[in-house]
Amino acid sequence: MVTDLRPRTAPSTPAAGSRPPEQPRPRLRDRISRVEVKWSPYLFIAPFFVIFAVFGLFPLIYTAWVSLHDWDITGAGAFVGLDNYVALFADPDFWNSVVNTLGMLVLSTVPQLLGALVLASLLNQKLRAVTFLRMGVLLPIVTSVAAVGIVFSQIFDRDAGMVNGLLGLVNIDAIDWRADKWSSWTAIATMVNWRWTGYNALIYLAAMQAIPKDLYEAATVDGAGKVRQFWSITVPNIRPAIVFTVIMSTIAGMQLFTEPLIFGQGSFAISGGSLRQFQTVSMYMFEKAFRDFDYGYGSAVAWMIFLLITLLGVVNFLITRRSR
Amino acid sequence: MGVRPRRALLATTLLSSLVAVSACGGGTADSASGDVTLVVKTFSQFGYDELYKEYEASHPGIKIKEENIGKLGDYTPKLQQWLATGKGAGDVVAIEEGILSQFMAKPDQFVNLLDHGAKELSGNFLPWKWQQASTSDGSKVVGLGTDVGAQGMCYRKDLFEAAGLPTDREAVGRLWPTWDAYLATGKQFKAKTPGAGFYDSTGGVYLNMLMQSGDHTYYDSTNELVIDSNSAVRATWDKSIEMVKAGLSANIEMWSPQWNAGFKNGTFATIPCPSWMLGTIEKQAGPENKGKWDVAKVPGNGAVRGGSFLAVPAQSTHQKEAAELAKFLTSAKGQTAAFKAKNNFPSSPQAIDDPVVQDFKNPYFNDAPVGKIFGESVKALKPVYLGPDNNAIGDRVGNALLAVEQGKLQPDEAWAKAVDDAKRLAK
Repeated sequence: MVTDLRPRTAPSTPAAGSRPPEQPRPRLRDRISRVEVKWSPYLFIAPFFVIFAVFGLFPLIYTAWVSLHDWDITGAGAFVGLDNYVALFADPDFWNSVVNTLGMLVLSTVPQLLGALVLASLLNQKLRAVTFLRMGVLLPIVTSVAAVGIVFSQIFDRDAGMVNGLLGLVNIDAIDWRADKWSSWTAIATMVNWRWTGYNALIYLAAMQAIPKDLYEAATVDGAGKVRQFWSITVPNIRPAIVFTVIMSTIAGMQLFTEPLIFGQGSFAISGGSLRQFQTVSMYMFEKAFRDFDYGYGSAVAWMIFLLITLLGVVNFLITRRSR
Repeated sequence: MGVRPRRALLATTLLSSLVAVSACGGGTADSASGDVTLVVKTFSQFGYDELYKEYEASHPGIKIKEENIGKLGDYTPKLQQWLATGKGAGDVVAIEEGILSQFMAKPDQFVNLLDHGAKELSGNFLPWKWQQASTSDGSKVVGLGTDVGAQGMCYRKDLFEAAGLPTDREAVGRLWPTWDAYLATGKQFKAKTPGAGFYDSTGGVYLNMLMQSGDHTYYDSTNELVIDSNSAVRATWDKSIEMVKAGLSANIEMWSPQWNAGFKNGTFATIPCPSWMLGTIEKQAGPENKGKWDVAKVPGNGAVRGGSFLAVPAQSTHQKEAAELAKFLTSAKGQTAAFKAKNNFPSSPQAIDDPVVQDFKNPYFNDAPVGKIFGESVKALKPVYLGPDNNAIGDRVGNALLAVEQGKLQPDEAWAKAVDDAKRLAK
């Protein structure tokens, strides 16, 4: 609570009209300053809440409202209650996209975070040009997603791609990367991993540098090797950073959109492959809302993404909490 | 933590606002000097650059700005959005025939061109082309025809030579009076030249055959979905599957980067080429391959695939000027110029018979007399009725064919899936 520490002005004594007429003035000023002291803190924090309300809360609620309607491009149609959700639960294309998203989430998050851990502990050693190396791992994040998508789509091309070229050297037949789920997921997860591993490594590195050196010294005295020190000292000490990156990558992974879209081909790329092999939930939402113009249905998909992320967030949280 | 997931929806909103922002880019703006700027929305290549200059020169005070989107698939949803929201459509929009019927269902979104003196122009268009963009009672004309997708078959001479096939375009045309003969030629080609595909992807060939197989495809003229009862669709599908099984396809999706590169690298030997595709081939194959591509007649009887209209959205603030521009661009003279620029084949009989068109030889394609080749294909033409979700259903059938090409589905499974997808979409 806000406390007014200033001396209160003496309550005006209602003496006879002999007082000069400027008497009410300090009173007004006093009242203003009291209001100011009481409310200005709210004003200072208001920008965040206003922006959150406009760009976060309102769309959230409005999307829920739209999802309860048969809403097409010409505007609101009939109120249909939960019909969109009922249809969604019976929609094989939707569940397919959920499976795809989760599959790519696992393929990108797990190797990414493990790789970042290893990378961070390497960067935490005494190396030559360590600042250069630390900055270097950040480079991929500077690259535009679209550029990453285009370049990796060529690397994973069926006929002239580099990966197939290398596989050819060891006599493995060319792989049609877009034709199967496993292959397209691998290709897309590679893009995500390439882009984000360095970023996560830097977060881990920052956390690692806050670990007191004497812990390691004591462990060395006790005869623990480097690997043992890593698992028993480093990892437990950077747990908050790990929890943070796990949750952030989960959220990002659930919203995967650009990479698979660019990886797709032709004028119906939003379908994510001939059999929707790599169509993510966000792509499906986009297809429904902005290609078929079924805004109500698209909003229902958006809300399902929201619920799925919340669910995964809670699961993540419980797991990482219990493993203490 | 509870706060973070809102990003999913935040992303949604951002996306939609992005779309909205980009959609607003096309408004007309009068400059201080009182000039009128007309915004023309097109996709692919319309070949109007010279015509704009000419029109600006002869109409002082009019400025023309073309806003082009490369792929029709990307253009269509934008156009729908502009029209439905009443913002962003500019002054003249191009409408492709496959998406026309969904716009014909809402003619109020467009200016009735009969109010701008279009009536006397009806003789300037092939009768069916005029009909397509008129309401059924004839009281309203929504669009004026630009081009028709007159058909040819483009082929790589060097690959044909390597396969021991004739390379002269007359002789090549005689190889395939029918699609069965085309299939047979393909088998011959693959036996000699296994390294290259006979055609790019089955989707294109399928679409070509489909457009030759009757007066309607997925929808009947009452907009009833008939994909599984129209035997012509199934017959076309089966023929396409035969070609897939013969291994003729290079399995390269149309409009993909590999497809673009394929014209240059000779990854496939033939491609059914509607007139508007010649511009694409020339651009993608590049000057170093000049003379390697040639044009022969298409198998079967004449067909159209594609072709467009120009319409004036009712939201235009310069309807009169826009209608005049649309009339100019679709006039016989305008169509002839567009044909010369990008080989978009005219829909105006006067332009088709114009010696400039009839005698036009395309230097990039070995001086192929494309005016004559396409002209013959157009004469044999029967118009095909395309229903509201025609292109979206086409996308799904195309995906099903692709899955067969990739070996991921058996033909019957793929067909069942295509029909099922079409029904779910149209419901």
